[in-house]
Amino acid sequence: MKRFAKLIQQLELSNKTNDKIAALVDYFNHADDQDKIWVIALFTGKKPKRPIKSALLKYWAIDITQTPEWLFSESYSNVGDLSETIALLLPPAENTSDFSLHKWIEDLHDLEGKDDETKKVFILNAWNHLETQERFIFNKLISGNFRIGVSNKMLVNALAKQSSLDSAQIMHSIMGKWNPYEITFHELINGTHVNTDNSWPYPFCLAYALEQEPEKLVDLSEWQAEWKWDGIRGQIVKRNGELFIWSRGEELVTDQFPELHFLIDVLPDGVVLDGEILAVQDKQVLSFSTLQQRLNRKTINKKQLDDAPIGFFVYDILEYETNDFREHPLSERRAILEQLFENLDESAVILSPVINCKNWEELATLRQTSRSINSEGIMLKKLSSHYHSGRKRGDWWKWKINPYTVDAVMIYAQKGSGRRANFFTDYTFAVRDGENLVTIAKAYSGLTDKEIKEVNSFVTRNAIEKFGPVRTVKPELVFEIAFEGIAESKRHKAGLALRFPRILRWRKDKKAAEINTLEDLRQLLESTFING
Amino acid sequence: MALIEFTKRGIYCKQGDFYVDPWWPVDYAVTTHGHSDHVRFGNKYYLCHTLTKPIIKRRISEDLNVETLNYGESIVRNGVNISFYPAGHIIGSAQVRLEYKGEVCVISGDYKTEDDGISDVFEPVKCHSFVSESTFGLPVYKWQKQEVVFNGIKSWVNDNIQQQKTSVLIAYSLGKAQRLIKNLAGDVPIYVHNSIANLNEVIIDAGVNLPETIRITPETTKDELQKGIVIVPPAMRDSRWIKNLSHPVTGICSGWMQVRAHRRWQSADAGFALSDHADWTGLMDAITATGAEKVYVTHGFTAAFSRFLNDEGIESEEVMTKFGQEDDEENKVDLADAENHHVETENKKSE
Repeated sequence: MKRFAKLIQQLELSNKTNDKIAALVDYFNHADDQDKIWVIALFTGKKPKRPIKSALLKYWAIDITQTPEWLFSESYSNVGDLSETIALLLPPAENTSDFSLHKWIEDLHDLEGKDDETKKVFILNAWNHLETQERFIFNKLISGNFRIGVSNKMLVNALAKQSSLDSAQIMHSIMGKWNPYEITFHELINGTHVNTDNSWPYPFCLAYALEQEPEKLVDLSEWQAEWKWDGIRGQIVKRNGELFIWSRGEELVTDQFPELHFLIDVLPDGVVLDGEILAVQDKQVLSFSTLQQRLNRKTINKKQLDDAPIGFFVYDILEYETNDFREHPLSERRAILEQLFENLDESAVILSPVINCKNWEELATLRQTSRSINSEGIMLKKLSSHYHSGRKRGDWWKWKINPYTVDAVMIYAQKGSGRRANFFTDYTFAVRDGENLVTIAKAYSGLTDKEIKEVNSFVTRNAIEKFGPVRTVKPELVFEIAFEGIAESKRHKAGLALRFPRILRWRKDKKAAEINTLEDLRQLLESTFING
Repeated sequence: MALIEFTKRGIYCKQGDFYVDPWWPVDYAVTTHGHSDHVRFGNKYYLCHTLTKPIIKRRISEDLNVETLNYGESIVRNGVNISFYPAGHIIGSAQVRLEYKGEVCVISGDYKTEDDGISDVFEPVKCHSFVSESTFGLPVYKWQKQEVVFNGIKSWVNDNIQQQKTSVLIAYSLGKAQRLIKNLAGDVPIYVHNSIANLNEVIIDAGVNLPETIRITPETTKDELQKGIVIVPPAMRDSRWIKNLSHPVTGICSGWMQVRAHRRWQSADAGFALSDHADWTGLMDAITATGAEKVYVTHGFTAAFSRFLNDEGIESEEVMTKFGQEDDEENKVDLADAENHHVETENKKSE
C-alpha cells in the first residue's frame, strides 16, 4: 500500500506527462504483480464492487472524531472529495502496517455480506493503521474513482515502455473484458483474453483542422467530401450476436441509446461502423442542444425519447465480415458501406452522404450553408486514405464553417450585477498550454437562467480561493466559447486576445482534459492572418 | 462598554482613540505585523513591535512615524494600556493586549501556535474578549510537525539535485521566506530573489539570527542554482526567468497545499502544507487558553468557525474585515515584489 500511495503522490505532484509515465514505469518495474493488476484495473475504471456505502464511512468518521455533521459538510465542500475529507479529519494513526494493495482489496471484498458492525470494526482498525495519504487511497478503494490525471493512453504508454510490448496491443488488452481477481499480469498485458472478446473498438481516426486554402489540396476528385456533424463520435460494434456502442471517450454507451439497439438484428456479425451519434428526426439532424438532453443520463424516460430521438450517421466501416478493413482505401470501404446500406433502410441509422461538387468553389459555397442543416462544415477525406489510429496530418481534414469557437474551462467566477447580483455569472476561461491553464477570455452571457443557477451552485461548492469578489474554482466545467476574431496581444498572458467572446454553450459532455490548447488558438491566429 | 468596535476603517478602540491594523488612514495605527493587509500607508503614527519597525519602513516608507514596543512592554494611551505578546506568525508579529478599567481584550492579528524556529513563539494571553483569525478554521486543516514537512522539502530538493533539476520554492518574501531559510539552511546553498534578499538585510540588521543566503544576480549561473535551493516570491512564479532555469521544478509552501484540489489547481510541481497560520487544533487551543468569554472571528472560514465555537459554549461572533482579502499572504502577489519584478524585467530588456 505504501508503494501505491507513493505512486499516487508522484502522479499528483507532477503535472508533466513524462514524469507521470516515469513514475508509472518505476512502479511497474518494482511492484508486486497482483498489485499491478489492480492498479491497471483502478486506473481504467474497473472498480472493485463497493463493500460499504460511502454514507457509512462518513458516519463512522463523524462518530469517532465527534465532528458535528454540518461541520463535516463544510469541510467536505472545501476539500471536494469525501475520501480525502475523512482521511484529513481522522486523528493520526496509532499503528502502522504495510499490507499490499491487493491484500487490502481482497480483505474489503471479504467484507461483502458481513453485518455493519463487523465492517465498522474492520474499517476503524484500518484507519488506525494508515497514514493520511494511505487512508485517502483506502477510502477511495471503497467509495470512489481514482481521478488523478492518468489517461488510458498514458497508462498504456507506461506499460509498453516497461514491457517492450506494442502499445496498441496493450490498449486492446486492457480495454477488453477481464477480471482482476482471475487474470495474471502477464496474461493481461499479453492480451491472452482479448481474442475471444467481442466488444473492443478500434482507435478513432481523427482529422486536423484545415489551415490552408482547400485549393492547396489540388485535385478535388481525389477527395471525398462529407458533412461534418456536430454530435458524439461513436463506433458501433456487432460481433458474435452482441452489439456495443462506444463513444470517443472510450466509454461504452450502449444502454444510453436504445433507438440503435435494433441493429443487433440487422447488422451482420463482424461489423464495426464509425459514425456520429446525433439527435435525428425524419432523417434530419437536430441541434446539438437537443442531443444534449440525452447525454450522461442513467435512465431515459419516454418524454426524452420523444423529444430527442437518437440516430447514427455512418461515416466509415472498419471491420466487415470479421476482417479488419482499416488498411483498405476509403473508396473501397465506402463501396462496402454503400452495399451494406442498400438493404438497410432505417430512419435511425443513416449513411452520411457524400457531397458531390464540381470544384472547390462550389464546395466552398455549399459549406456556407452548413449551419442550416446543423452541420459544422465539411470533412475532406482522401479517397486513398487508410483509417489511421488517432490524428494524422494529410489524409483527413476538417473544414469547419465557423472556426471561431474554442472549448475552454472555467477557472474564475465573479458575481454579476443587477438581477444577477446574487449569482456568479461572470466567468473567466482558460485553455491548456502544455500542462498549465492559461486565461483566454472573460464572458458574461450566453447561458440560460437555469444553467446560471447550476453553474452558481458549482462555484459555491467548488470555490478554491477568494480574491475579493472573485472565486477561483476547480477547472472542471467546460464551455464552448464563440468569438468574432482573434488578434495578437502583448497585454494578455496568452499572447492573444479574442474579440467579442461569449458562451455558446455549456459542454457538459466534455471533460477539462478535452479542452482546446493555446496552440490551437495560435494556429487559428496564423490561419486568419493568412486569410486576411 | 466594549473595548473595541469594528468600523469601516478597522478595529477601533474608542476609549483609547486608536485603531488596530486599520485599512484606511487614521491618526494612530497599532500594527500587529508587517504584511500588507495589516499595515498600510498613510497613518500619522504607527505603534508596532521593535522588529516590525524596520520592516514596515523598508516596505512602506522610510518617513513613517513609528513607535515601538518589545514583547511584554506596554504604553498607556488615553488611559488604555497597550502591550504586545508574541503571535508566532512571522518575525515581529504581535498580539495586541488592551486593558482599560480591568477589562482585557486581545487582538491576535495572524498567529500560529507551532514554534517555527524564527518567530517568537505564540503566547496565550488571558482576556475577556479575543479577536481571532480563522484562515484555516476547518478541522481538515491539521498540520504535521514542521520537522516532517521540512524533511519532505529536503528530500524533494535532494532528488531534484540528483536528477539535474532546479528546485524553486515559491514563498512570500516576508515571513515564509525566512522560515524556509532558517529551517532548510545547512545542506545546500540557498539563493534568494532581490526582494527577499532586501528584507533579509533589514531583518539581520535588526539583530535576527538568519542563516546566510546568496542574492541572485545576473552573474549567478544556472549551474549554481541547480545545485542549491532557489526561493522567489509569488510574483515571480510564472516568470520567464524561472522557465529559463535548468529544468526548473516549483514547490509551493502553503497551508492550502493540505488539500489535493488546491495542490492540483496551483499547477506547481510540488505542494508542501506549511503555513504561518494556526491550524484547527492551534486555533482551538489558543482560544481555550485565553479563557475569553467572547471571541470575534475574522478572515477565513468565519461562519463555520464561529458557529462551532458557539456550539462549544464559547460565545462567538463573525466579523467582516479586510484582513486576508487583499493579501492572503499565502498566495498573494505583494505590491513591493511586483515592482521589483517589473524593474528586473526592464533591466533585462535594456541588457
